[in-house]
Amino acid sequence: MHPALSVIIFTVSSGAGYGLLMLLIGLHIFGFLPDMSENELLTGGIIGLGLVTFGLMSSTFHLANPKNAWRAFSRFRTSWLSREGLFAVLVYPFALLYLFGIWNSGVELNAFIQVTGFITIVLSLLTVFSTGMIYGCLKTIRQWNSALTPANYILLGLALGAMLLVALRVSFNGEVGLVASLTLVVLDIALIAKAIYYFWIRRVTGPTMNTATGFTRANVRLLDVGHTAGTFLTEEFGYIPAQGTVTLFKVLVFVLGFIVPGVIVFGMTGGDATSAMAWVALVSAFLGIGLERWLFFAEARHVVNLYHGAQNT
Amino acid sequence: MRLGLVIDLDTCVGCHGCAVACKQWNTSGTTGPLTDYRPYGRNPSGVWFNRIRHYEVGDYPNNKTINFPMSCMHCDDADCVTVCPTGASYKRKEDGIVLVDQDKCMGCNYCSWACPYGARELDREAGVMKKCTLCVDRIYDETLDEIDRKPACVITCPAHARYFGDFDDPNSEVSQLVRDRAGYKLMPEVGYNPTNTYLPPRLTRPIPTDDVRKDSLMTKVKDWTNKTITR
Repeated sequence: MHPALSVIIFTVSSGAGYGLLMLLIGLHIFGFLPDMSENELLTGGIIGLGLVTFGLMSSTFHLANPKNAWRAFSRFRTSWLSREGLFAVLVYPFALLYLFGIWNSGVELNAFIQVTGFITIVLSLLTVFSTGMIYGCLKTIRQWNSALTPANYILLGLALGAMLLVALRVSFNGEVGLVASLTLVVLDIALIAKAIYYFWIRRVTGPTMNTATGFTRANVRLLDVGHTAGTFLTEEFGYIPAQGTVTLFKVLVFVLGFIVPGVIVFGMTGGDATSAMAWVALVSAFLGIGLERWLFFAEARHVVNLYHGAQNT
Repeated sequence: MRLGLVIDLDTCVGCHGCAVACKQWNTSGTTGPLTDYRPYGRNPSGVWFNRIRHYEVGDYPNNKTINFPMSCMHCDDADCVTVCPTGASYKRKEDGIVLVDQDKCMGCNYCSWACPYGARELDREAGVMKKCTLCVDRIYDETLDEIDRKPACVITCPAHARYFGDFDDPNSEVSQLVRDRAGYKLMPEVGYNPTNTYLPPRLTRPIPTDDVRKDSLMTKVKDWTNKTITR
């Protein structure tokens, strides 16, 4: 698949934003952040919503006809893309009400903050799950058609959100021990899930050129593709990354996305942290997960390639 | 009613006439124009509803060239319709034709990702998804003669390799062809239940060549001389 920059920015940025909202609000409303100030909560909430908004706006750049984008909320009963849009918009009023509650009555927990916060968490989770299912539900792309796809979207969103939360705590001189430990757990689970995914997509399964053409009792080869220049199909689905690039990027995903942030955050679990450490970990994690998202698209092989000469996907 | 095409891979000669007729009719049809990019430039490209590929099946000397026209299969379980977030893609209840409402499409490409057959192409100029309409603006046109109420590709095919009809009617021409010639669907394992059906090449007896008389020495010398002189 052609890795569109707007979609990479969208999924990474909004995933991180929802991850931050889920963890920040979750830790707050269940009483795990007693020392968190009003300013810190409001800043975190605004950063989360800001990343979400930035991501959603970026996603509209890959639309060829954005003036009809408002119609995208109408088919939520069948389309995961529609569901994602709907949940994404529904998060806003509840997140804003939650932030308003804090701005109005402070960080002390009350029913209003807990209810709006909890709904924000649920809707954020549903949004990220729907983002994953947009890709996970496609039977045409075996690398995506798996439960690992939404699982990875949720885990990587939470991992980036946790990194943001660490940076937030460090910037406000808060107690980082608990948040750093939690981040380490999330990073480890996300790392394992991503490693399983990379291992799993190596096994070639699914349709072949034989089943695509129906000639299953002989070898089939493409003689002529029937067009002289590229078509929409070759431009959208024909992208094949160089094998060296894929290997290098996979190493960088693990190093930048998981190992560097993991080691730095591990150093923070004792409670000592500098803002330089937090920033290096955060930037490294975003770079690593950005490369992960590029690979997610670049490695996906659509079955239409079988008609253009690929023997399998 | 379940309208669709039967394509005979035995008689298709790969002339691309169906694709050209399709383009000619539909560029001024309900989802037209079928925009061309750089039509006189170095790499001309554009929107087509019908594309023909050519394959070699089997290994030499038991090989065969198969010309393979493909357009929208008007699937029974069309994921391109269910994934569409705007409702622009729809499948008509009355005849099973899958269409795109050009006024509702936002050009997100998602339906083309869901289509295993490459039937949908984005018009980059208009910013909307376009696809085979089964010439819906022609097959119901009562101002045309009955014989002309067929998709443009079917009418134009010089090899008579394309048939149009109702697959729900067991006595229609298409249903009979599918029965008699063991018609099959493409990529059934993805589960889209396509309507369009392909007829495999007929089994033919090889033309015997062992009784062909060997050339005489004189003919061989003449042939060799002719070749050498031409060169």
